[in-house]
Amino acid sequence: MKDKRIIIYGILAVALFCSPFFLNHYWVDVLNSVGLYAILGLSLNLIVGHAGLFNLGHAAFYAVGAYTAAILNTTFHIPILWLLPACGLTAGLFAVVIARPIIHLRGDYLCIVTIGIGEIVRIALINDVFGITGGANGIFGIARPELFGFKIRKPQEFFYLIWFFVAVTVFFFNRLEQSRFGRALNYLRDDEVAAEGSGINTAHYKLAAFVLGAVWAGMVGNIFAAKMTIISPESFSFWESVLMFTLIILGGSGSIPGVLLGAFLVAGLPEVFRGFAGARMLLFGGAMVAMMIFRTQGILPPRARTFPIDAVAEEAR
Amino acid sequence: MEQFFQQLTNGLAVGGIYALIALGYTMVYGVLKLINFAHGDLFTFGAYLGLTLLTSLALHKHLGPFLGVLLLAVMTMGLVGVMGIILDRVAYRPLRESPRLSAVVSALGASIFLQNTVMLIYGARFQVYPQNILPKIVINLFGLPIPLMRVLILLTSVVMMAALYFFIQKTKIGTAIRAAAIDQGAARLMGINVDQVIMIVFLVGPALGGAAGLMVGLYYGQINFTMGWVYGLKAFTAAILGGIGNIPGAMVGGILLGVIEALGAAYISIAWKDGIAFLVLILILIVRPTGLLGERVAEKI
Repeated sequence: MKDKRIIIYGILAVALFCSPFFLNHYWVDVLNSVGLYAILGLSLNLIVGHAGLFNLGHAAFYAVGAYTAAILNTTFHIPILWLLPACGLTAGLFAVVIARPIIHLRGDYLCIVTIGIGEIVRIALINDVFGITGGANGIFGIARPELFGFKIRKPQEFFYLIWFFVAVTVFFFNRLEQSRFGRALNYLRDDEVAAEGSGINTAHYKLAAFVLGAVWAGMVGNIFAAKMTIISPESFSFWESVLMFTLIILGGSGSIPGVLLGAFLVAGLPEVFRGFAGARMLLFGGAMVAMMIFRTQGILPPRARTFPIDAVAEEAR
Repeated sequence: MEQFFQQLTNGLAVGGIYALIALGYTMVYGVLKLINFAHGDLFTFGAYLGLTLLTSLALHKHLGPFLGVLLLAVMTMGLVGVMGIILDRVAYRPLRESPRLSAVVSALGASIFLQNTVMLIYGARFQVYPQNILPKIVINLFGLPIPLMRVLILLTSVVMMAALYFFIQKTKIGTAIRAAAIDQGAARLMGINVDQVIMIVFLVGPALGGAAGLMVGLYYGQINFTMGWVYGLKAFTAAILGGIGNIPGAMVGGILLGVIEALGAAYISIAWKDGIAFLVLILILIVRPTGLLGERVAEKI
């Protein structure tokens, strides 16, 4: 059973790896945005899917990362990929400052506060806060990324950069899920009181999950800035947060294959419906409702953790 | 000083509109624990249906401005209320037993669907309400010139809120709604038809939202298919500010938010108007995590 799944995922990965050779620029670009949404979704999945925190303002951290990359690149001409850690750091610090006082809020209160933070960040960017964000026009002239002296320009080249990052993210978050940290998050999501009773420092774990998700979103912001070479506040609206949130729940919250599938749906469905012109978003909204009604748990819900009996017996001995 | 009072009355009028929309969020949340993200778009529908009825029936010409607008409001509220019930049947009822976040995504999908329906029917451009429906009277209040429109909007919303408060507190159906909000299972055991309660909540909440849409059309004169997002978000903020699920809380939160926003836009910075509203919300929630009038409920074990 498990081998079968690995084979299917392997075939899909190989097909994806080869796809740029068969697709035109346009569709490769669609796959690139699928990749970006996949990483954003995986980072938000840690917060929403694993820790059960209701975050509808993830675009704020994405924006902080993207603007850090853009500002440092355009003013100090630091190669953009070198800025990856810096972007993660600023987004993470921002998350610590923001989340510290609000992380204890109950579900829906946390939801509106994160929406509020997303909106405040967007308004701050439009109003050219500190005189460095370029106002409503944003920042342009961001340098293309360079890797070992090779300049990444074409969508095909970005495809490999982005999907390499997706692979790293999948690996990292998979390890995290299996770890003590991941189990603690699931425990406090399912029953906070019981988790606290078992000695899990819930406030600490919630904050850690929130900040780690934000760090990752900040790094995606860097790649987004490098890909677009021009960023503006519009790219980080409430709508983006809604999409990231939606793709997790559609795909199956807490499940890595589910989130990847969700990214394909959210970035891909509007392209599929393109033929319907004006009615495209109408169909997209209708599809969201229909999918939730027919697959309430998401399309690929997470599997329960299984531990082989002999391993448990071994440990007990 | 005059500017202060002008902004204050303006804030009160806008706050009344926010409060009416917030009531729809808070009532649905109280009974179903669901954030009805599509509520803002029902409000948009109210504004557009009001415009259509206004231009096609021209009631204000036959019945006089005030009676005409009143009848128009009743018709709009009825239509939007029915839409609310249909929305519940299609998008929320199948998800009653499922995880809460699934229902939230369904609500977001319904919101996108409704918003684009408005766009496909009426077009993406701003629509303009005829300007001469209600006579432009400026009344003199303690030496301050205040447009009659503003006073009417505040009065209407206060009357509606008072009526709703009476309905919820004094009538049998209102008692049933309160009971279902506290504990659905127990309410069902006491012989309350919870499905009917939910239907009434989805009739009354969107009806008030529809009335608010009509008011926005009459007050500002122009409407757009995306305005539901902004007003919905503000009203939701107001509902949380007052303590979600709490009906007087939504009224207080709405009025307070309107006033803060108007004064903030006048004295701090108009560009930061929307930011100020959220900043105040965050600060209040840090001090009072369940909103101004929200009760401190212990988490169930």
